[in-house]
Amino acid sequence: MKLHTWFAAALVAVAAAAQAQDPIRIGSFLSVTGPAAFLGDPEQKTLELYVDRINAAGGVLGRKLELVAYDSGGDAEKARTFAKRLIEEDKVDAIVGGSTTGETMAVIPLVEQAQIPFISLAGAVVIIEPVKKWVFKTPHTDRMACEKIFVDMKARNISRIGLISGSGGFDKSMRAQCMQVAGKYGIQVVADETYGAKDTDMTAQLTKMRQNGQIQAVLNAGFGAGPAIVTKNYRQIGMRAPLYQSHGVASKEFIKLAGGAADGVRLPAAALLVADALPGSDPQKKVVTAYQREFESRYKQDVSTFGGHAYDGLYLVVDAMKKAGSTDKAKVRDALESIRGWMGVDGEFNLSPTDHMGLDLSAFRMLEIKNGDWTLAK
Amino acid sequence: MSAPLLQYLLSGLTVGAIYALVALGFSIIYNASNVINFAQGEFVMIGGMATASLAGAGVPLALAAPLAIAATTLVGVALAKLAVERARGASVVTLIIITIGASILLRGLASLIWDKNIHALPAFSGERPIAIGGATLLPQSLWVLGVTLVVVAALWWFFNRTLHGKAMLATSHNPLAARLAGISVRRVLLLSFGLSAALGALAGILVAPITFTAWDVGVMLGLKGFAAAMLGGLGSGPGAVLGGLLLGLAESLSAGYLSSAYKDVIAFGIILAVLVLMPSGLLGRRSSDRV
Repeated sequence: MKLHTWFAAALVAVAAAAQAQDPIRIGSFLSVTGPAAFLGDPEQKTLELYVDRINAAGGVLGRKLELVAYDSGGDAEKARTFAKRLIEEDKVDAIVGGSTTGETMAVIPLVEQAQIPFISLAGAVVIIEPVKKWVFKTPHTDRMACEKIFVDMKARNISRIGLISGSGGFDKSMRAQCMQVAGKYGIQVVADETYGAKDTDMTAQLTKMRQNGQIQAVLNAGFGAGPAIVTKNYRQIGMRAPLYQSHGVASKEFIKLAGGAADGVRLPAAALLVADALPGSDPQKKVVTAYQREFESRYKQDVSTFGGHAYDGLYLVVDAMKKAGSTDKAKVRDALESIRGWMGVDGEFNLSPTDHMGLDLSAFRMLEIKNGDWTLAK
Repeated sequence: MSAPLLQYLLSGLTVGAIYALVALGFSIIYNASNVINFAQGEFVMIGGMATASLAGAGVPLALAAPLAIAATTLVGVALAKLAVERARGASVVTLIIITIGASILLRGLASLIWDKNIHALPAFSGERPIAIGGATLLPQSLWVLGVTLVVVAALWWFFNRTLHGKAMLATSHNPLAARLAGISVRRVLLLSFGLSAALGALAGILVAPITFTAWDVGVMLGLKGFAAAMLGGLGSGPGAVLGGLLLGLAESLSAGYLSSAYKDVIAFGIILAVLVLMPSGLLGRRSSDRV
């Protein structure tokens, strides 16, 4: 008997040691290729970069992190398959991924059933509203972008606006959110025009708006080449009312495409975009400049806000694991809900059982393009 | 004329001229082989992207543009030689499917060779809009309209006054009789693909300052160009131009006066109506002629 007891004890010890050596597995599925590659590519690079850095600093709870990432190519069906594989075969401890809203929504039923913490990197508000027990997200929502713009308009005594939006998914979602919250800010949408995702000329829609004598400002909810064409056409036909763009064009590419026409355009954007222009007193400055420096020195490419979402997602999970003192899925989930005042690249996160994103309007900065560069709008 | 109406007309003509240039490419290949080349939009994309990447590397536009046109022409000839010619004898539908496959391949290659970003070219003669009676027009639009006219004239001369052009027309009417008369049908096919690739590339370069260019612009431009060619009558040069301009005007007028959400529906509705009433398009040859 004694021998047996010893043997059993040894087995337990070996198992425990093995467990201590076992890495914590972070699963991910991202649109690294395909039409949404501009999202998934910086996200994957960010996850790889910071998993390495966390491991170099000793890992989490004395264990190393291991990243298990798949390329969904922006396809919701593939995302579902990979999420299933992450949960059932790779047995990951948490999932950080889902570059697009479509992929994320396809995966939600799986993670809810498997009861595994999932932090989405996609934008739409439907991901966290209504609140789903196991689903969190890090990017700002398009509703917040609308609200930030309307706050700025009110400050400039603008109350009647024209809205022009594209036919893409981002554009439509943002248009709907803006229409929904406009009333709350005393903004009246007096013209509502649209254009096709691949349209090459919007002067007709803008001329129609110019004929509408009431419009005090124009808001373009759009993504891709459309907003740059709108901006050029806007100047071409000589419209003088202020032009607002969405956070969807918050990249240097937009300024490059629209050229001189971009001057004077206002838009809400993440602090990361103007990391250098932030005053030293800004509480977000330290984290965004560090992220920018580390990403750009490793990959020799410009940092993007999308990679920032992945940074926040990874660190929120790590933080929750440390708080929970284990990788137990239920404990990590509870710990996620209790994170307060954590400063990430996207802003200050204050998560709660009713708010699974935890950002407020302070996460956005209102920018104005001047001389071909971003400046903080006064 | 009221200023908004004038603006809608000018916008419609600008967009219409772009569609017309793409539509002309469809017509040339259709004339030579009865094939509708769905890779035509990709020729437009390659022309624009190659010029943008050369210009980005510091090559002056006057050199980058001809180089890009030459490269696109080679792609067009290679497509004819490696894919279409090998399927000689296959039905026209098979050939059309081959061109659809080629368009997907070319798009994929472009996204690998270049990137997935959107690129712009500087306007040829400045960005300052020209004011005309309360409406405005970009100088680049005049380039597009002007070059379209020159191309139509040159094509008319080519098809009606040169031996090569007449050989192409003859081949389209009756390949067997053309071959018996000593025309190399193979060479006509290569020539037609090369010519329409060059034309597509030219269109891609001209429109890049207005519409930007990216690896996937060919899809929509190709579709609109095809619709314009159908409207005007496949195979007819003046028909392609007329169809392009009408399509552009229909889009901009319905966006201006009716609803921007339904402008494509209205434009394509008009095309459907025309094709029901006149199946061979506005200026197309009556198909009964060829039986």
